[in-house]
Amino acid sequence: MNAAIRRESPGKKKFYKVLERVTESVFFLCAAAAVLALSVILIFLFIQGIPALREIGVWNFVTGTTWQPSGNKFGILPMIVASLLATFGSALIGGFIGLMAALLLAEVAPRFLANVIRPLIDLLAGIPSVVYGFFGLMVVVPLIIQLFGGTGNSLLATIIILSAMILPTMVSLSETAVRAVPQAYREGSLALGATHMQTIFRVTLPAAKSGVLNAFVLSLGRAIGETMAVILVAGNRSTMPTSILDPVRPMTANIALELSYASGLHAEALYATGVVLLCFIVVINITAHLVLRKKKEG
Amino acid sequence: MSEVKMSAKDLRLWYGDFEALKTVSLDMNKNSVTALIGPSGCGKSTFLKTLNRMNDLVEGCRIEGDVRLDGEDIFQKGYDLALLRKRVGMVFQKPNPFPMSIYDNIAYGPRVHGIRKKKVLDEIVEKALRGAALWDEVHDRLRKSAMGLSGGQQQRLCIARVMAVEPEVVLMDEPTSALDPISTQRIEDLMAELKKKFTIVIVTHNMQQAARIADRTAFFLKGEIVEAGDTLQIFQQPRDKRTEDYITGRFG
Ligand SMILES: Nc1ncnc2c1ncn2[C@@H]1O[C@H](COP(=O)(O)OP(=O)(O)OP(=O)(O)O)[C@@H](O)[C@H]1O
Ligand SMILES: [Mg+2]
Repeated sequence: MNAAIRRESPGKKKFYKVLERVTESVFFLCAAAAVLALSVILIFLFIQGIPALREIGVWNFVTGTTWQPSGNKFGILPMIVASLLATFGSALIGGFIGLMAALLLAEVAPRFLANVIRPLIDLLAGIPSVVYGFFGLMVVVPLIIQLFGGTGNSLLATIIILSAMILPTMVSLSETAVRAVPQAYREGSLALGATHMQTIFRVTLPAAKSGVLNAFVLSLGRAIGETMAVILVAGNRSTMPTSILDPVRPMTANIALELSYASGLHAEALYATGVVLLCFIVVINITAHLVLRKKKEG
Repeated sequence: MSEVKMSAKDLRLWYGDFEALKTVSLDMNKNSVTALIGPSGCGKSTFLKTLNRMNDLVEGCRIEGDVRLDGEDIFQKGYDLALLRKRVGMVFQKPNPFPMSIYDNIAYGPRVHGIRKKKVLDEIVEKALRGAALWDEVHDRLRKSAMGLSGGQQQRLCIARVMAVEPEVVLMDEPTSALDPISTQRIEDLMAELKKKFTIVIVTHNMQQAARIADRTAFFLKGEIVEAGDTLQIFQQPRDKRTEDYITGRFG
């Protein structure tokens, strides 16, 4: 290998040098494209959304409880509440189930069983969100009506569907994190006379916590941004929910439902909803970043 | 005179089709250090891991024969594995502290065995750290992560961690192979101290170390014990030509 390089002509060497620079530039351009895309989206959203925020007033916008475009009332608090409840509710349920499934796959199930279950869970990730919504409408909603009465389309239905949707993310990322824990930790624990379960919950899982937390945050992101499935099962009523069985309209659903026909201040208010949504996503990401960094230092 | 604490009799072990131990028998005496020596791949670690049944974790591992702890068959049906491993502790070749505080590392064993009281744990932690000659170096940073310790300190932490569960037998797999001479010295000193309370079985590639610390030595070769006996006898008057070749360095 070395000899081959030494034997190359100066011209060829130069060519490699140029190639190196070209490759570097390609990397740089691709990264720049990603940043550019993000900036364009942000600028666009803010240009479209800021006028409404100015006209309605940020405070009135985010604390107003009535959304009535025809009456010029634009308050999105019920939708913020719906988004947050749906997101955290599903992240808790989906996160917990996903984590347990990941532990099962990584630590408990015999290899052949894990190899059967894992692709099935991965398949969940490939199902289009409209199909989740459809499933929710046909199965979950009727079930809720049967069990609890009410309209069926509700916060509860949304949480259930979102839980299922974030499951694959949670499972596969957590499983990777748990598998990455050095075998030496498990052996050390077992050799001290700890049981298999004690080892999993006291050594393996804590050692994987930053990866698991990361999986949780990505799941949150997936849940808060989900739209299609949510529209189909949430009920879309823009009033403040008083129970988990009430129909709700998360922010994403609000935008998707009305943007096609809205104009003027109404349309701008929808963009402003997008701005608020984005702010929440940024807050989630920053929090996660801070927590993860602290974990690494600690 | 000395009492047998653990014994292996006609032990055979396979990893899949590969026979890693071929009819191995060895007695390990109470309050003494037994050293296992032999070239790489001859089955020392395998033998050691059989004594606390860590080989159970290896897929495709099959064992025949008899291993007894205080005369009790450890492979008998329904034998309490957790209790066995509490009684027969293990220090690994590579220091493997858990990624938690020094205190929590030591308290881990006692906690999984049901000790909750803070005061009791405090005492156990201090005693174990003193026993492993580590207290003076770490007593003011017990809450700091164990990962920040040096390799030698980590290995002594692992020894302390084992002692905290009050085992009867301590297995050590090349515990000083990754350490500098000073840390090694400390751990060797420690062993002389530890054998007053425990039965120690140690794997080592270091002939001088075996000669220094072991009461009895067993020479492994290709899955068999060629010769076992008093350390002095093994090193000064080996009965087998292969043993002599090995300890004098004329062997692979
Ligand atoms: N998990 C395993 N699966 C298959 N074969 C194994 C396994 N562990 C060990 N072996 C084989 O068994 C034999 C004995 O291995 P062992 O680790 O006991 O050797 P050792 O004497 O401890 O060597 P060293 O001095 O290098 O640590 C080796 O040939 C090894 O390749
Ligand atoms: Mg070994």
